[in-house]
Amino acid sequence: MDIRIPNPVRPAFTKTERDDTTIVNIGPSHPATHGTIQIIAELDGERVLRTDVHCGYLHRGFEKECEAHTWHNLIPYVDRLNYCSALINDFAYCDAVETLMGVEITPRAKYLRTLLSEYSRVADHMTCIAAALMELGAMTAFLYMVTIRDYIYEHLADLTGARVTYSYGRIGGLARDLPDGWLKRLEEILVQSDDFLGRVHGLVDRNRIFIDRMRDVGVLTTADAVNWGYTGPILRSTGVPRDLRKDTPYLAYAELDFEVPVGIKGDNYDRYYVRMREMDESVHMIHQLMDMLPDGPVTVDDRRCVLPDKKLVYDEIESLINHFKLIIDGPQVPAGECYVAHESANGELGFYIVSTGAGVPWKVHVRAPSFVHMGGAHRMLDGYQLADIIPTFGSINMIGGECDR
Amino acid sequence: MNPIFERIREALAPKVTEAAEAHGVLVLQAAPGAVLDAAGLLKDQFRFDMFTDVTAVDWLGQEPRFEVVWHFYSTAHKLRVRLKARVSEAEPVVDTLTGLYGSAHFMERECHEMYGIVFRGNADLRPILLYEGFKGHPLRKDYPKELEQPLVPYREGFEMPGGE
Repeated sequence: MDIRIPNPVRPAFTKTERDDTTIVNIGPSHPATHGTIQIIAELDGERVLRTDVHCGYLHRGFEKECEAHTWHNLIPYVDRLNYCSALINDFAYCDAVETLMGVEITPRAKYLRTLLSEYSRVADHMTCIAAALMELGAMTAFLYMVTIRDYIYEHLADLTGARVTYSYGRIGGLARDLPDGWLKRLEEILVQSDDFLGRVHGLVDRNRIFIDRMRDVGVLTTADAVNWGYTGPILRSTGVPRDLRKDTPYLAYAELDFEVPVGIKGDNYDRYYVRMREMDESVHMIHQLMDMLPDGPVTVDDRRCVLPDKKLVYDEIESLINHFKLIIDGPQVPAGECYVAHESANGELGFYIVSTGAGVPWKVHVRAPSFVHMGGAHRMLDGYQLADIIPTFGSINMIGGECDR
Repeated sequence: MNPIFERIREALAPKVTEAAEAHGVLVLQAAPGAVLDAAGLLKDQFRFDMFTDVTAVDWLGQEPRFEVVWHFYSTAHKLRVRLKARVSEAEPVVDTLTGLYGSAHFMERECHEMYGIVFRGNADLRPILLYEGFKGHPLRKDYPKELEQPLVPYREGFEMPGGE
């Protein structure tokens, strides 16, 4: 059988600008590309002149699929956007639906969501820095951080039943309350995490090789970052304290004491350091939240979105009908639209949802930070060395799940 | 209403047909031709320096069929504005915002491939999440969810379960 597969990508340029330069293709499946991404680059020797960044190899029709599921049933898909910090996606999506429904979650759910968001942020930053360091050859630092990340994953599995994709958020609250002893183990992990983060600081912060590879590489100015839609640690690394947790507080962030770490000049080193400092702040917030955590239910008492108690479903017809309608028809979300943005580990994660009043969304759109960041990635790659693509790309922390959706 | 929203509403009154606050966001409805001017004013006069999102909503059966939706954020005021414009299926054209915001490049490409909205002035509307040669616009409501367009052909004799 003759199989000719057409090129899925039409490069922005196929001819070199000069006769002594060359065009190379990097990825989409290359050990150094850190995710399924394709970069077409024109090189002058080893210097990158211009790049054309292509994503989309992990596109799976997330938004189309959402339109065929009830508001509740699509939560597992939401998990698979940024799979390094899936809980933040869960909570941002639920927050958007709750905004449209006018549901206010219980205090315990609010504090727990905040705590778990920060816990996820630690896991996400650990993954990002560990992978970036490993690509530079720092295997020990990688193993230190992935050890802690695995403690966190196991610990979250105790709570949610899954290591990576938790499906733990519910419209109107959370799937279940904390198991016994969960907070005690959390404290243990935070102590170990502080210890291991200290070791990573000691290994790389003042390491000559690390500084040479990271300092003054992939520099981004604040004006450039804002113009190209950068948010999160990348924007903060350019020196401005732009953080949705401070600027437009949601969940319990208004009540917490924390700082917004910023960088000096927006290079790879700053992005590394901002993430390291953000983990300290997250741990600080988790300690506060553990003290603040009130008792009470984790779901609201609202039969429009929360399933009735199982015993009642068996005992009385109204609850049985309620359960049935919520499962088959889905929660009836009032007609309207809203945009809710949370500060995810990578930046502004926004959900724009449109409802026609049915149990199935008319539209669920995700404003994924990674996708927007890919649109401006060439600003950090052009003009540097070919080998710099790897640490720079690692410091952007592109997550295929949310970038390609 | 937030005083800055009030000022925006007054300044943009000739360009927008509707302005109201919903869930903390100022929602503006404009004619497709007025979008570029409105966005320019938002950026230059009111410091909405970040263009966070563009997408479309397919109101199949209504006329005009599509609603293009832009989201802007001001890092100075920490406020959001949503701008909306209706375009018809026959002429799904709006002006590009790439002259104002760099981030518009990628997001307009996505909106173009998913809904077929044409951004006049954006020369680079190549597919980004889909691939070259993809037929149709998958997020339109009349695009069947099950439709497959494999680039790599299936093996001979293979039949899609429940396929054509």
